[in-house]
Amino acid sequence: MIHLDQISKAYGPVVALDGLSLHVPAGSLYGLLGPNGAGKTTALRILCTLLAPDTGGVRVAGIDALQQPRQVRERLGYVAQEVAIDKILTGREMLLLQGALYHLAAPHLRQRIDDLIQLLGMAGWIDRRCGTYSGGMRRRLDLASGLLHQPSVLVLDEPTVGLDIESRAVIWQVLRQLRDAGTTVLLSSHYLEEIDALADRLAILDGGRVIAEGSPSELKRALGGDRVTLRVREFSDESESARVQQVLQGCPGVRQVVVNRAQGHSLNLVVDGEAVIEQLRRQLSEAQLSVFSLSQSRPSLDDVYLQATGRTLMDAELEVVGNRDPKAERKQAMR
Amino acid sequence: MTSASPLTLNAALPDQGPAQRSAFADLSQETLALTRRLFLQLARRPSTLVAGVLQPLIWLVLFGALFAKAPEGLLPDGMSYGRFLGAGVIVFTAFSAALNAGLPVMFDREFGFLNRLLVAPLRSRSSIVLASVLYITSLSLVQSLAIMVTASLLGYGWPGGAGLLLVLVTLLLLVFAVTALSLGLAFTLPGHIELIAVIFVANLPLLFASTALAPISFMPTWLGWLAALNPLTFAIEPIRAAYAGSFSLQAVVLEAPYGDLTGLACLGILAALAIGLFLLIRPVLDRKLS
Repeated sequence: MIHLDQISKAYGPVVALDGLSLHVPAGSLYGLLGPNGAGKTTALRILCTLLAPDTGGVRVAGIDALQQPRQVRERLGYVAQEVAIDKILTGREMLLLQGALYHLAAPHLRQRIDDLIQLLGMAGWIDRRCGTYSGGMRRRLDLASGLLHQPSVLVLDEPTVGLDIESRAVIWQVLRQLRDAGTTVLLSSHYLEEIDALADRLAILDGGRVIAEGSPSELKRALGGDRVTLRVREFSDESESARVQQVLQGCPGVRQVVVNRAQGHSLNLVVDGEAVIEQLRRQLSEAQLSVFSLSQSRPSLDDVYLQATGRTLMDAELEVVGNRDPKAERKQAMR
Repeated sequence: MTSASPLTLNAALPDQGPAQRSAFADLSQETLALTRRLFLQLARRPSTLVAGVLQPLIWLVLFGALFAKAPEGLLPDGMSYGRFLGAGVIVFTAFSAALNAGLPVMFDREFGFLNRLLVAPLRSRSSIVLASVLYITSLSLVQSLAIMVTASLLGYGWPGGAGLLLVLVTLLLLVFAVTALSLGLAFTLPGHIELIAVIFVANLPLLFASTALAPISFMPTWLGWLAALNPLTFAIEPIRAAYAGSFSLQAVVLEAPYGDLTGLACLGILAALAIGLFLLIRPVLDRKLS
């Protein structure tokens, strides 16, 4: 349904997308996972015809978005990250405006708005001015305006960031219902659990390109092995962790040892099955190291991310937080 | 969360929208909706409207009073200062209102509302510009009419039927030109702070360097030249003539240093200016709205 083909986009010297290719099958709920700055928003803006790529092709429902943007816009609902709302208008007036921009006929539009008010639980406040809305209300209103014209493709940019639990639950439920009713839904998120819980398929973005793609279970299964999180002390310092890493690295059955700096220099290991754990304990005591904690689990999406990028999603987040330039980002979004 | 059927969501997805509609129906629907939004904003936040009338009103009353005792015969044709000033303030009202045309557009750019409009399948994105022009034109005409009524209550006269038509046509041309300028700025300047600064700086000097407050014969040569080139002057003089009752498009209304101009010539210049400015900003709009 959605085909992004070798998309590149740079803002001056900053490369946002570097040969991104993405294929979203019709009727799926597709997740775009990656830390801030991975290029998710840029990719979605290009898909929604807000931005032209430097190179590459975009097709939605078989239509070339660069040649026939209007036909694509008719079929596409877009729920942006920064909710642009007219504070002076009421929610209903916003929806009426939006409907007119999609050329819906008045009686049909009114009926449609009433349905969406019901569906998204907006009856209590839809006739209040938007300026009084909470983040969750705004996001629901935005979802409603994305759905007004019954698009065959719905695109959402981080739809649940900073939302209250109730709004988040409502949005999740609606996204699932939409998918079940045949709509193709593409959402970006930097919440692993969200993508894990919602998405049929996902792509992991890093550095402006797709580094892993598949269904959550596929990706996890492909990773294989068990995860072990090990601490020799509640908070180790860097050198101690490095030493432990050295000790364990050579063990048979241990595939990988990574120091997780975000969590007190604990060690994340990938091992082949239960037997290896005993071996580990022996190895550690021989090296005069104690075990503060050791836990074992099946691979998670976080591990998929770690495997693909060599860092955890949280580390990647922390890294970009300091480097973000809100002013430059606003400029990018501004016409 | 109510248990509405998921089918209300997207039922049988018609891949086509509603049956093919005419481009004109689409265009007028989107333009009307966008214009309606601007008027709703105005109705709920009327301070723009009030301030836009109040400021020229204060000019009219205070400036009129300042020169109330000016010696008779000081002004051409023995006009009283209040009558002279009236035309200037009317034009100034329309001018100031139109100069603000770009502000809502600039806020939409900055706050991302414009992006919301741009992901919609608008038949033509000129409807965004058209809505601004419709809105600001009616706003500035209403404000000017309010000033005209007040001026007449102050005893500064009222143009007769044909005169009124001339006044409105003149104002319309000026408003188009200034709106084009303001919209062009709104799409080129980086933010509303800069736009407000430009509006602030442009406003008063343009008023002083025109024939709104004094005739060219009062001015030193350099200022006279400036005033005779100022678009405001080309709007003020035909209106002043209309108020004076000697209403003929062929009559000379402005004795500029470079020659005499008839009312018709003034209107022609204004029209050319409006068209020229719209042509000038077109590439900018095309780029920003593409």
